[in-house]
Amino acid sequence: MQLSTKHLLGIKNLSSQDISLILSTAEQFKEVLQRPVKKVPSLREVTIVNLFYENSTRTRISFELAEKRLSADTINFAASSSSAAKGETLLDTVNNILSMKVDMVVMRHSASGAPHFLAQHIPAAIVNAGDGINEHPTQALLDAFSIQEKTGSLQGRKVALIGDIMHSRVAQSNIYLLKKMGAEVVVCGPPTLIPKHIASALGVSVSYNIKETLAWCDVANVLRIQLERQNQVLFSSLREYNIAYGISRQLLDSLNKEIVIMHPGPINRGVELNSDVADSKQSIILQQVENGVAVRMAVLYLLSGRTAQA
Amino acid sequence: MKTLINNQALLTIIDRLADQLLIAYPDVSTTVLVGIQQGGVVVSNLLYQALQKNSKGAIVEHGQLDITFYRDDVRHKILAPDTMHLPFAIEGKTVILVDDVLFTGRTIKAALDALFDYGRPDRVKLCVLADRPEHRQFPIQADHIGQVISTQRNDKLKLRVNEKGQAELLLLSA
Repeated sequence: MQLSTKHLLGIKNLSSQDISLILSTAEQFKEVLQRPVKKVPSLREVTIVNLFYENSTRTRISFELAEKRLSADTINFAASSSSAAKGETLLDTVNNILSMKVDMVVMRHSASGAPHFLAQHIPAAIVNAGDGINEHPTQALLDAFSIQEKTGSLQGRKVALIGDIMHSRVAQSNIYLLKKMGAEVVVCGPPTLIPKHIASALGVSVSYNIKETLAWCDVANVLRIQLERQNQVLFSSLREYNIAYGISRQLLDSLNKEIVIMHPGPINRGVELNSDVADSKQSIILQQVENGVAVRMAVLYLLSGRTAQA
Repeated sequence: MKTLINNQALLTIIDRLADQLLIAYPDVSTTVLVGIQQGGVVVSNLLYQALQKNSKGAIVEHGQLDITFYRDDVRHKILAPDTMHLPFAIEGKTVILVDDVLFTGRTIKAALDALFDYGRPDRVKLCVLADRPEHRQFPIQADHIGQVISTQRNDKLKLRVNEKGQAELLLLSA
């Protein structure tokens, strides 16, 4: 069985079979990560460049670790310390790198659609590590893997995405994925942070009431307030956001069930999540990070076959 | 399609191999059985049952090894992995690798690579249901062989488990 795509640009164009294949392959890589030697030789002949035009800690380290655990050679590129700062175009930069015999590109960019543009012009396989406010497919895959691991299955699972839906590529990828895999999705946040037509466009339900949403869901994926992407005032203060939509111990204790708390990181403590929730045993935030490496290994492994001829 | 070893003959071979193993490795506490996905797992499960019966309940640990990530043709063909399950330490143990058919030797080479990522066994032995010795591409030979089978290079041999759960070795001609 193979993926139906040469690149991983987003979840939007993946089939549910593709998603299942990635998740089941990731399970085997998770086993690899528990061994004394946490490494397999599968991508020994592959060179991968990590092109990061936007800051990242978790995703970059996670991809780099995944590549190393697969025995691939890796190069790291950060736009801030490169010729991009001198005005070189994206395509020139990438073509220069590829001329040094690089097989795969992992890319993060602040412009939505940047990896899609690149995919039309270069032969190498591309993995989108986040593009603007469009998609962050590997985050959605690792979230799905973590939900499946914790609760058994995605089918029929009630998942709430809470917070800044408007600016969140994590939310968009999660919605595509969860809907394809048969989960029910509610998005919840202040009206200014939820796109107007999201219900009809993506088939999710919208709620503006945090307590009702938490009472409904099995899993709450709490998103970061993306201050860097908001160029106008969308809520009055962080303190007010925390009071209206932040998740506190008290709020969780008022529910008559235990829900799973997730967050893609980095957490704004005291804004969307209080510390007594983020660090509680209900939270699987650190398991998400651990699973991220296995999921990215699966994606790179499954896409690597398509680079042999290029 | 032709049946090379039917279920009855296969079970007789398994019994004989189990007897051989018990004589060769009398200390079952330091011996582990590891089947290679997928056919080898079927054979090792049968061997495990036979060993349990013949060694009067002494426990032989057994697991399964998947070589997908260690294949030397991974650049040409990406395959979805099977389950890997070695729930015990192999450090200092006698590992009996079990496969259905020994052909070119490439699978065993990959299995050895995979195995050593789990630890350093005392020794590794190879037990196979069927051997096709004239097509070997690596200097690898089995220690315990169920049956030697003369084949053409292009022949495909497949261990199949039918609806009744009975295993048989088939020849799918080229």
